[in-house]
Amino acid sequence: MSRVAHATPSSRVGVTLIALAAIALAAAPAWADRLTLRLLAEMFTFVALASLWNLLSGYAGLVSVGQQAYVGLGGYLLFALAMFGSLHPILAIAVAGVVSALVAVPLAALIFRLRGAYFAIGTWVMAEVFRLLASQVSALGGGSGISLPASIILAMAPSRTMREFEIYWLSLGLMALVLAAIVLLLRSRHGLALTAVRDNELAAQSNGIDVWRLKFAVYVLTAAGTGMVGALIFLMKLRISPDTAFSVNDWTAFVIFITVIGGIGRVEGPIVGTMIFFIMRQTLSDLGSVYLLILGAVAIAVMLWAPKGLWGLVVERFGWQALPLQRRLVLADSEEKA
Amino acid sequence: MSDGLLDVRGIDAFYGDFQALFGVTLALGAGQVVAVIGANGAGKSTLLKCIAGLMHPRAGAIAFAGGDIGHTPAFEVARRGISLVPEGRRLFPSLSVEENLMIGGQSKRPGPWTLARVYALFPVLAERRHMPATALSGGQQQMAAIGRALMANPRLLLCDEISLGLAPIVVRDIYAQLPDIVREGLAVVIVEQDIVQALRAANHVYCLQEGRVALAGAAASLTREAIGAAYFGV
Amino acid sequence: MLWLNVILQGVLTGGLYAMFAAGLSLIFGVMRLVNIAHGDLIVLAAYVTLMATTAFGINPLLSLIVVVPAMALIGYALQRGLLNRTLGDDLLPPLLVTFGLSIIIQNGLLELFTADSRKLQAGTIEVATFQVTQGLWIGLLPLLQFVIAVAVIAGLQLLFYRTALGRAFRAASDDQTVARLMGLDTRHVFALAMALSLAIVAIAGVFLAVRANFDPTIGPARLIFGFEAVIIGGLGSLWGTLAGGVILGVSQAIGAQIDPGWQLLAGHIVFLVILALRPQGLFPKVSG
Repeated sequence: MSRVAHATPSSRVGVTLIALAAIALAAAPAWADRLTLRLLAEMFTFVALASLWNLLSGYAGLVSVGQQAYVGLGGYLLFALAMFGSLHPILAIAVAGVVSALVAVPLAALIFRLRGAYFAIGTWVMAEVFRLLASQVSALGGGSGISLPASIILAMAPSRTMREFEIYWLSLGLMALVLAAIVLLLRSRHGLALTAVRDNELAAQSNGIDVWRLKFAVYVLTAAGTGMVGALIFLMKLRISPDTAFSVNDWTAFVIFITVIGGIGRVEGPIVGTMIFFIMRQTLSDLGSVYLLILGAVAIAVMLWAPKGLWGLVVERFGWQALPLQRRLVLADSEEKA
Repeated sequence: MSDGLLDVRGIDAFYGDFQALFGVTLALGAGQVVAVIGANGAGKSTLLKCIAGLMHPRAGAIAFAGGDIGHTPAFEVARRGISLVPEGRRLFPSLSVEENLMIGGQSKRPGPWTLARVYALFPVLAERRHMPATALSGGQQQMAAIGRALMANPRLLLCDEISLGLAPIVVRDIYAQLPDIVREGLAVVIVEQDIVQALRAANHVYCLQEGRVALAGAAASLTREAIGAAYFGV
Repeated sequence: MLWLNVILQGVLTGGLYAMFAAGLSLIFGVMRLVNIAHGDLIVLAAYVTLMATTAFGINPLLSLIVVVPAMALIGYALQRGLLNRTLGDDLLPPLLVTFGLSIIIQNGLLELFTADSRKLQAGTIEVATFQVTQGLWIGLLPLLQFVIAVAVIAGLQLLFYRTALGRAFRAASDDQTVARLMGLDTRHVFALAMALSLAIVAIAGVFLAVRANFDPTIGPARLIFGFEAVIIGGLGSLWGTLAGGVILGVSQAIGAQIDPGWQLLAGHIVFLVILALRPQGLFPKVSG
C-alpha cells in the first residue's frame, strides 16, 4: 500500500535530540540555579508566542501586529479570575485560553474585512482598544496597574522553591503543549490545507479549500494559545498594568523579530530565533534603545537578504529537518523492494 | 534582407530552467515590416520581450541602431526608440483614452506622431478621448494601444498578437492603417497567429517552431506548404 | 453652544488627521505599500523641525522651507535605497521592513533626543483666536492647519489628475511592466511618490510639533489616526480621507467632552462601527 512518509534521516536525528533536550529541560530544577530557571521559563514563553505568531502569519498569511491584545487579555483574565474568582492559577490559565478564543470570534469577524497590511494595522487598533478599556477598569488597577496579592501566590505551593519549580514546569509544559499542537495540526489534513494556502491562496481555493474558515479557525486557536501564554507571563511577573500588558515592543516587536530572524513558515524557526534573541539580549541589553535599533536593523537585513531566516538558510543549504513534517509519497512497490 | 536597424543574433532565452528560445536570429532595416509567426508556445512573445528589454537573453546579442541592448532595462530600451504593443492591449485602466496616449509620449522623443495625428489615424479614439480606456470595445482598445505605442515616436514598433480576440473586419481595418504608419521609415515586427494577415502585411517572414527559427524569407517567395511544414514542424 | 465649539474643534483637528492620512493613502494608491513607519516619520519631521528652529532660530512655521525638502529627500532615498526592494506580490517583506524601520526611528530618536516631551513655540499665532459669532471661537492656528490640509488634498488631486507626474503615478500603479514600456523608470517614479508623501509628512510634523507635546514614542498613535481616517473615508478617495479625518476628529472631541479618558476610545469605536456597517468606507473609490 502506498503511504505518506513524514520522517527524513535528519528529522530522526532531530527528534532524538529534541527528546534528549526535553528530558534535560524537565530535570532542570535539579541542575540549574534560580536565575537560569527564570531565564529558561521566560525563553519558553517567547518560543510559544513566536510559534503561535508564526502559525498565524507564516502559515495562514494573517500578519498581525496586534497579538499583544491577547497577551494582555490573558494576563488580566488571570488576575481577575485568581483575585475575584478564586480560581487556582493553573485553572485560570486554561480558562484564559478559552475566553480569549471566545473574544477572538467577533473580533475576527470584524477585522477580517480588512486585507493585507490594513488588516495588520487593524489588529493594532484592536490591541489599543483593549489597552484603553483596561485602563478604565479600576478594579484591576486602572491606568497604573495592580500586583498579584500574596495570598494567591502563597496558595500555589508551600515553599518559594516549590513555587519556582511549579512555574518553570508550567512554562515548559505550556511551550510543549503549544509546539505539539502546532506540529500535530501541520501533520494533519488541515495542516496540508494550510501549507497550500501559504504557498498559493488562489490555487488552494480553487482546489476546494475553504480558505476563510481555515484562516478564521487558525486566528481563534492562536488567540487561545496566546491568551494562555499571556496569563502565564503575568503570573510570572506578579504585576500587571495596561502599558506592560499590551506593549507592542515586548509582545509583538520582539516576537516578530524572533520569528523573522529564526525563519518564518517553519516550525523550527521560532526556536532558533528565540535562542539568538536571548543571546543578543544577554550581550547587548546594556545598550538600551541602541539594542532595539540593532535588532530592527538585523530584522530588516534578514528580511531582505535571507527572507527564510537563519533556519531557512540551513534547510536550503543542508536539507535538514529537525521535525518529521515533510510529506513524501512512498509507493507500494518500492516498499517491497526495500 | 537588409539589416541595419535591428540585429538579433543567436539568442537563447529562459524562464527559470525552461529554455524558450534556441539561437534565434532575426534582422530588419528601417521601413521594413517583418512578421513572426508560429504556434502557441513557439516563443514569439518571448522574442518580443527580449527585444523590448522585459527579458534578457542568456546567450547571443541584440543590437539596435548600432548599440547593444541585450542587457538594457525595458524603460531605457523604450527611450531609445523601441515601442511594444503588448499582447492583450494592457491599457492603463486608471487613465482615460487620451491620457493613455499621452503617457505613450512620456519619453518625449521627437518625431511625426502627435495626438492630432493619432486621432487622424484612428478617428474613433477622438470621439471617446475622455472615456476610461477600459470602456472601449476590443478593437478600439487595440487601436488605442497602437496609438499609445506610436506616441513614443519609435524607430521600431513591436506588435504582439494584435488580432487576438478581434473580429476579422476590425483586424482588417487596423492593418489597413499599416502603410500610413510605416510611411516615415518606422520598422515594424508583427507577431501574429493570423497567418494570412501577416503574410499580406509583411515584407519578410520568420516562422518559429518550439523556440527555433524554422523558416525565414521574403513573404512573396514562401509557399503554403513550406509555411505549413515550418509552423507545425512536420 | 458648548457642543458647537466642541464639534468645531473636532473638525479642525480632523484636518491634521487628514494630513496624517494623505501621505499614507498616496503611497498605498501608487504602490500598494502600507508604511508602518509613517507615524514615526511624522515624529521624525517634528524633531527635524526642532533642529531647524534651534539651528536657525526661526519660527517653526517658517522652518517648513527647510523641513519639507529635507523630508522629501529622505523619502526619495528611503524608497530608492530600501523600500523598492520590498515591493512585489508577497506582503510580508514591506510590512516587516517598515515595522523594523518604525522601531529603528523610535529608538534612534530616543537615543538622540531622550524621552523628554517637547513642544515648539510658534509665537502669538498659537493663542490667537477670533470670534465667529456669539459664543463661537476659532483658534487661528487650528484654522490655518485645516486650511493647509484642504490645500494639500486639493493639490494632490490636481497633481494626480492633471499632470504628467500624476499620470505616471497612476500608470505605474496600474501596471508596472507596461509603465516601463512607456519609458518610465518605475524605481524613480516610486521614489518620487515617497518623496511627495514625506513632504506632506513634513507639513504634518511641523504642525504636530507646534500644536502639542511630542516625544519619540507617539508615532504609532499618529499612524493609527491616519489609518482610521483612510478607512472611515474610503480607500482610494482623497476627499474621502478628509471626511474621514474630520469624522475621527469630531468623534474624539465629543468623547473627550464626555470624559477625558474616552477621547481615544471614542475615535476607535466610531472606526469599528464603520468597519462593521460599511467596511468599504463612506466614499470609496477602489477596493483594498
